[in-house]
Amino acid sequence: MVGPRRQTSGSHGQEGVPVTLIIEAVILGILTGSVYALMSSGLTLIFGVMDIINIAQGILVILGAYLSYTLEKYLHIDIMLGLLVTIPTLFLLGMGIEWAFMRRIRRDRVMISILVTFAVALVIEGLLNFIFTANYVQLQAPYVDATIPVFGFYLPYIYVFAFILSVVLLTLLYFLVYRTKFGFGLRASMQDRTAAALIGIDVERVQTITFGIGVALAAAGGMVFGATSPFNAATSYDLISRLLVIIVLGGMGSLRGALFASIGMLIISDVTDVVWSPVWASTVFFALLIVLLLFRPRGLYGRLEGRKQ
Amino acid sequence: MKKTRTLGLLALLAVLLAFPLLFSDPAVTTIAIFTLLYAGATTAWNLFSGYTGYVSLGHAVFYGVGGYALALLCKDWNIQGGYVPFLLLPLVGLIASVFAIPLGWIALRSSRHVFVVITIAMFYIFQLLAYNLPGITNGSAGIFLPSPPWDAGFFNTPFYYVSLTVLLLSGGVSWWVRNSKYGLGLLAIRDDEDRALSLGVKTGVYKLVAYVISAFFVGMIGALVGYFIGSLYPPFAFTPVFDITVALMAFLGGVGTLAGPLVGALLLAPLQQYLTVQLEIVGLDLILFGALLLAVILLLPEGIVPTLRRWVKWTASRSARTGPRTDIKGKEEALLVKGGREGKS
Repeated sequence: MVGPRRQTSGSHGQEGVPVTLIIEAVILGILTGSVYALMSSGLTLIFGVMDIINIAQGILVILGAYLSYTLEKYLHIDIMLGLLVTIPTLFLLGMGIEWAFMRRIRRDRVMISILVTFAVALVIEGLLNFIFTANYVQLQAPYVDATIPVFGFYLPYIYVFAFILSVVLLTLLYFLVYRTKFGFGLRASMQDRTAAALIGIDVERVQTITFGIGVALAAAGGMVFGATSPFNAATSYDLISRLLVIIVLGGMGSLRGALFASIGMLIISDVTDVVWSPVWASTVFFALLIVLLLFRPRGLYGRLEGRKQ
Repeated sequence: MKKTRTLGLLALLAVLLAFPLLFSDPAVTTIAIFTLLYAGATTAWNLFSGYTGYVSLGHAVFYGVGGYALALLCKDWNIQGGYVPFLLLPLVGLIASVFAIPLGWIALRSSRHVFVVITIAMFYIFQLLAYNLPGITNGSAGIFLPSPPWDAGFFNTPFYYVSLTVLLLSGGVSWWVRNSKYGLGLLAIRDDEDRALSLGVKTGVYKLVAYVISAFFVGMIGALVGYFIGSLYPPFAFTPVFDITVALMAFLGGVGTLAGPLVGALLLAPLQQYLTVQLEIVGLDLILFGALLLAVILLLPEGIVPTLRRWVKWTASRSARTGPRTDIKGKEEALLVKGGREGKS
């Protein structure tokens, strides 16, 4: 996500960077990091419960953004309000995908699921290209351009709203996973699918709902993504690669890891953006993963052992 | 059975050798060249991912490195177009292998799930580096390879035979690995890595060597594609489409089998070339390709070759059950026995 910076044209020398720019980068990193946390939580949750790497998460985020775009442009529904439509829609779509495809995978879940979700992503990408063409669009709302002054720079309201939205949704997710009966079943299925089924948890139902939730989070993330940067269907490749790096860095299947990794990564890449050069921001993002994996192959909070099937 | 198979292979080889003589239309031979190259790349990918069970979705790293290596070698040594770049291919493959050693070493330390994601990340790192190091790669402006001095009618022929040679080499190595003790070690890693380790298979070295061999061929193929097209740009040299196409072809044919990748590539590559060239409606190629994929993966989860084998075995056992057939002798009997044994592998 590209921040609302006014001075990114030239690459800055180490000494020439004002402190306010770095503070701005850190704040933006935290704010946008929370949105990435939202998108990657969906991904890591799906992996944790189902052993499925959902490559389609990137394009589903874009689909969420396009849904908000359509609602805003043709029905004039505010993009924040539109979430009340897009989140349930993608929730149902997610459950549909799980029911139609994921459930049919009987063997070799990890490998086959990557291919199946990639195929789903290709179909959605083709549809989006067909309907919306490859032109870049961006979501519009009064608060996308309006700004408030913070520490000597101007922060668009959308970043603040996005942060609040992410905190609310992540808190809801936390309560759902750790404080409800459904969450109990979800965590049980994460630990041991067979044992969970033995104590009477409907693992298939848990999986379907989890996939729905994971995809629904993409809708919320997509709205913010679409409001803060221009997008088309092909943007999803960049997005999914970042999300995958985040969940590996955090430890696959760990919600806490996804949160810390998102915010950490976004702060680092935003700071790199201002102190070094925008073109290196993403590279640092990926290089950091390699460095971490050298010392800790399972990520920050990953489980040491694979789950027993 | 063995004789039939040898004859079949020889017939296939003869068809492949004679193909450019029979079809001289450049549009057709271009599709044939890409098919051969994809078949070679899929075979090489299968040598690592199929045999060890570690799915790599980052082989485009070596594809791109190969392309850029050939371009830079040609530029630095002032090589004009012609047959010389073909002779540089083994060197290019070696360069790709050298890149594969540290990458494989880092990536293979993690579990299978994480490995997939790391390979994707590595792929994006290389794509970004190609953009960000304009001193070497000329960034997004792209880099050009010397163009061969052949006329349009002859142009595709050398590329066709070199592609065929690379395919035969990678197929040969894949066959050799599959039938060697080393290959058995790789298959043991796929089936149960911990047990393989405890039985004395040096899993780390085995995996890395397979990764490096596979990178060697993919690098050569990347260089060939670059030379054929004549220019390299970061998004096309390091393309995610390559990663996923190769994996799909292998899955369609049957991962981990010898013939599977070949069958998958021979079916999918022409279709893909056709779809991208012929369809005029934006996005329709993606929709069709994706839908086809879903159908194949869900209906034939094991791939064509293993499913066919099972079918042969099933019909054989059924005909054995329906009544005692005393007339099966010699060749046919051997065929049944062999078919039965192969179905398990």
